[in-house]
Amino acid sequence: MSEPTPPRPDLDFAPRERVKRQSYVESESAVVEGIDISGQWNRMFEPREITGYDLTYMDKLTALPGAESMAWCYQCAQCVPACPVDTAGGDYGPRKIYRRLQLGTDIFDHSDLWLCTTCQNCVRVCPKEVDMVQIMPAARAAAVLEGRSVPGELLEMFQKVAEYGNPMGESPRKRVRWTRGAGVEVRILPKDPAPVEVLWFVGDYYAYHPRGVDAAQAMARVLTRLGVEFGILGVDERCDGDSQRLAGEPGLFEELAEHNIAEFGKYEFETIVCSGPHAYNAIKNEYPKLGGEFPVQHYTQFMSARLETLAPLLTKPFARRVTFHDPCYLGRHNGDYGSPRRLLQAVPELRFQELFRCREQGYCCGGGGGGMWLDGYAAEHQVERLSENRVREAIQVGAEVLAVCCPYEVSRFEDAVKSTGNDGKLEVLDIVEILDACMEQG
Amino acid sequence: MSGDVLVVAEHLGGAFADVTFELLGLGKKLAAAGGGSTAVALIGGDEAMAGGLGAADRVLAVGGPELADFNPESWAAALEAAVEAARPRIVLVGYTAMGMDLASTLAARTGMPHAAFCVGAEAGERVTAVSQLYGGKMNVTCDLGAGPCVLSVLAGNFPADDGHADGSPPVEKLPAPAARGRVRFKRLIEPEAGDVDITAQEVLVAVGRGIGSKDDIEVAEELAEALGAAVAATRPLIDAGWLPKTRQVGKSGLKVSPKVYLALGVSGAPEHIEGMKSSGTIIAVNTDRHAPIFNFAHYGMVADLFDVCEELTEAVEERKG
Amino acid sequence: MNVIVLMKRIPDLVEDLEVDGSGKALDAELLKLTLNEFDDHALEEALLLKEAAGGEVTAVALDGEEVDKMLFTALAKGADRALKIEGAGAVDGTVPLARVFAEVIRGRPFDLVLTGVQAADDRDGQLAPTVAALLDLPCVEVVTAVHPEDGKVSLHKEYSGGVVGEFEVDLPAVLGIQAARQTPRYAPVSKVRQIQQSATLETVAGAAGNGGGLTVVQMTPPETGAGAQMLSGVDELVALLESKGVLR
Repeated sequence: MSEPTPPRPDLDFAPRERVKRQSYVESESAVVEGIDISGQWNRMFEPREITGYDLTYMDKLTALPGAESMAWCYQCAQCVPACPVDTAGGDYGPRKIYRRLQLGTDIFDHSDLWLCTTCQNCVRVCPKEVDMVQIMPAARAAAVLEGRSVPGELLEMFQKVAEYGNPMGESPRKRVRWTRGAGVEVRILPKDPAPVEVLWFVGDYYAYHPRGVDAAQAMARVLTRLGVEFGILGVDERCDGDSQRLAGEPGLFEELAEHNIAEFGKYEFETIVCSGPHAYNAIKNEYPKLGGEFPVQHYTQFMSARLETLAPLLTKPFARRVTFHDPCYLGRHNGDYGSPRRLLQAVPELRFQELFRCREQGYCCGGGGGGMWLDGYAAEHQVERLSENRVREAIQVGAEVLAVCCPYEVSRFEDAVKSTGNDGKLEVLDIVEILDACMEQG
Repeated sequence: MSGDVLVVAEHLGGAFADVTFELLGLGKKLAAAGGGSTAVALIGGDEAMAGGLGAADRVLAVGGPELADFNPESWAAALEAAVEAARPRIVLVGYTAMGMDLASTLAARTGMPHAAFCVGAEAGERVTAVSQLYGGKMNVTCDLGAGPCVLSVLAGNFPADDGHADGSPPVEKLPAPAARGRVRFKRLIEPEAGDVDITAQEVLVAVGRGIGSKDDIEVAEELAEALGAAVAATRPLIDAGWLPKTRQVGKSGLKVSPKVYLALGVSGAPEHIEGMKSSGTIIAVNTDRHAPIFNFAHYGMVADLFDVCEELTEAVEERKG
Repeated sequence: MNVIVLMKRIPDLVEDLEVDGSGKALDAELLKLTLNEFDDHALEEALLLKEAAGGEVTAVALDGEEVDKMLFTALAKGADRALKIEGAGAVDGTVPLARVFAEVIRGRPFDLVLTGVQAADDRDGQLAPTVAALLDLPCVEVVTAVHPEDGKVSLHKEYSGGVVGEFEVDLPAVLGIQAARQTPRYAPVSKVRQIQQSATLETVAGAAGNGGGLTVVQMTPPETGAGAQMLSGVDELVALLESKGVLR
């Protein structure tokens, strides 16, 4: 005789029509071979259907080129503790997304589509090579093209980038204003073309954000002290487009990339040096697919290769306890954990302390994959922002300074320092700002 | 040609809009310069209303109660009739929701030159006007010829006092032209009560496009709370649905004159300035040092509004607690 | 409901504007043009009307800088046709522009003409009432909601202070849109690029519009007057607020 199924609150998200609840049979009295096993000892579970799922949405997702690997998930759950969004209380991770798809979630109209920062930590641990860094952009592009519910903040950002070439919606003509306060000459190649050693791809945040401008000016001074002949694209530079590609606008990315590639093609240089890992990733791995192959380095790589010249210039001490946040797109995505550390190690009197989650296990700041412009949305779906989680970790390891080398991070972490109530306890600095502080000026 | 000026009276629900008197004041000056008189076209108004227009030399009352409610089509036709009767050199219309239905229509149908966004005018041998264009960033002076011509004048730029005077002007009645009836007025909808009345606040924290996103308005709300103030906004934010209409300051919103008006990330387009220029102390915060708002503000800071909001909120809280 | 949307590009106010050597016009070198945001709202309202009541939306614009892209973007958003007007020569002013538009759309079948309520360069008046007068059609400006009915529309006209007037207008008519019922939709660049490959813009000859009778005498930035007294920090701001008696 069947008893009513006991309530299982942890399965309550499963729509009843799709998943038959486990049911069981239990006799009031049962004696087997003289042994009385009445009660729950004689409970027998009926066979339960576990494959009767409506896989419409799963199939729609995995049919998209790039998103096939979602189907390979076998629910081992290695990814969930690795996922920075889940750690921040976002109830997230590839395994959960797979399960929700199985149970009938239309991912194209769900927050599951927009919380991933493409940090790649899940890919690192997945035994089945489920690749969210391929899946998410493919699904997002489909959602954007179909006009599904895309967070408004993101659409506003796309609009600004499309119109102005930067996500702030600032006038393109003002892209070189930062050079005025640098204290050194900055060659603006369109006005002053000449062969240079380095074409420095400055980036939107360095050009327009007040804290980015600080770092840009520091970079100009450091490159000058290093004796590097460098030039910038000035107002002809546009957003690198990598985050836009990952957030659902591959067409916008193409437009930006085509423009930047054409600009690069006008000048003679030995290498492109990027302020930021996202631009580095784009120019190194994506621009070649559009016909733009250029030697490119992140600034920490360029400078750490020149430590022989650089180290002697670092004469002023920086006696602080410093920790370092590995940027996902220099670290996990492109395999470089050493360059930034070599630079920090060269700084006189700097006391270095690793974060608990460092190098390959680095915890994402939340800015990648479009996350930079989804803070409002993330706040609705997570307990805290990833940057807040990371800042608390930095304070826990006893750091006074959190060093970064991605332009997204300074503003994110400074914000998080304030919003976690740690104002004054942790300073956030771009590595190049530290280097600049250790050099004699003039 | 006479130097006469015809002012279009704007009224809703039986009360004149302030702009009517601003135009009347301006009209008298222009008429005097041209040796002419000032008439007011009162469309759909009655004798009693005409009595409030003492500063005019005469009132042309076109039509009667059938025109009492504003109707773009019938009022434009009525205005054309008034212009034919009065043959003025200059027609002054307010650059308002009503004015927009009247001035351009009159100009197109009669071929009269028309200058919009006017903040100044001169009537010499030729009529010249200064139009404030490009969100207040440029003043363009135009020559409209010897006349007749139409000027759409921005509200809040000329003193309303100049248009007030005692006495009742003579009233000439003109029949309204036959109604074509293609545009029909149904009813007036008043704004919902219940939200904050920003016109009654002592301090307003106004946000413009510089706030960036709907979620960021929270930062201004925190500051407003600390100051015991209310949050107001410019039109684009209201159009985007980030705040209710009751918070809109500007030409198509509410006119406010609080003791302190803190404008954060507001560029200072004329339509907005119109709504707050009579505030006691205007303090503007904007990252663009060339923002037109700095021309109207008493105090300013070229700074990031988020930084200022945070620091100011903290400082105010500290002083309280 | 067949709707024609008149669109134009105007100087982008994000930029600093400067006067050119003649002293009468904006320095064209420094100009960046952008779609008049009210025209964007007009397009959005047109698309919403089509979604509600069926019919065709035609975007119309005068040839010029980046106009092709603007029209392709309109198609990407859901407009059915895009008309580019060529050969009208230099059109300086809203009145001559209205004449060009009026001649192009005269005689075409449409129920509604929508365009933005105003533009930042409307020196000589607004487009909607001018086009309407030239075509002898009814017009209402400052419209915020349009509901289609049989042979007419009912709409909201916004006055100041949040007061709204409800009107009924017989079709065909011209409306000046203040705000669409929702924020103008985003057209993904991916989609615009697809459309650029697959669609072609229709072109139509435009007659040169005459001037509106205004001659520009000069253009100058507004006088700053005394200008704002600049504060150097939040401390000064707090002191100022205190002096005004608003800090309790």
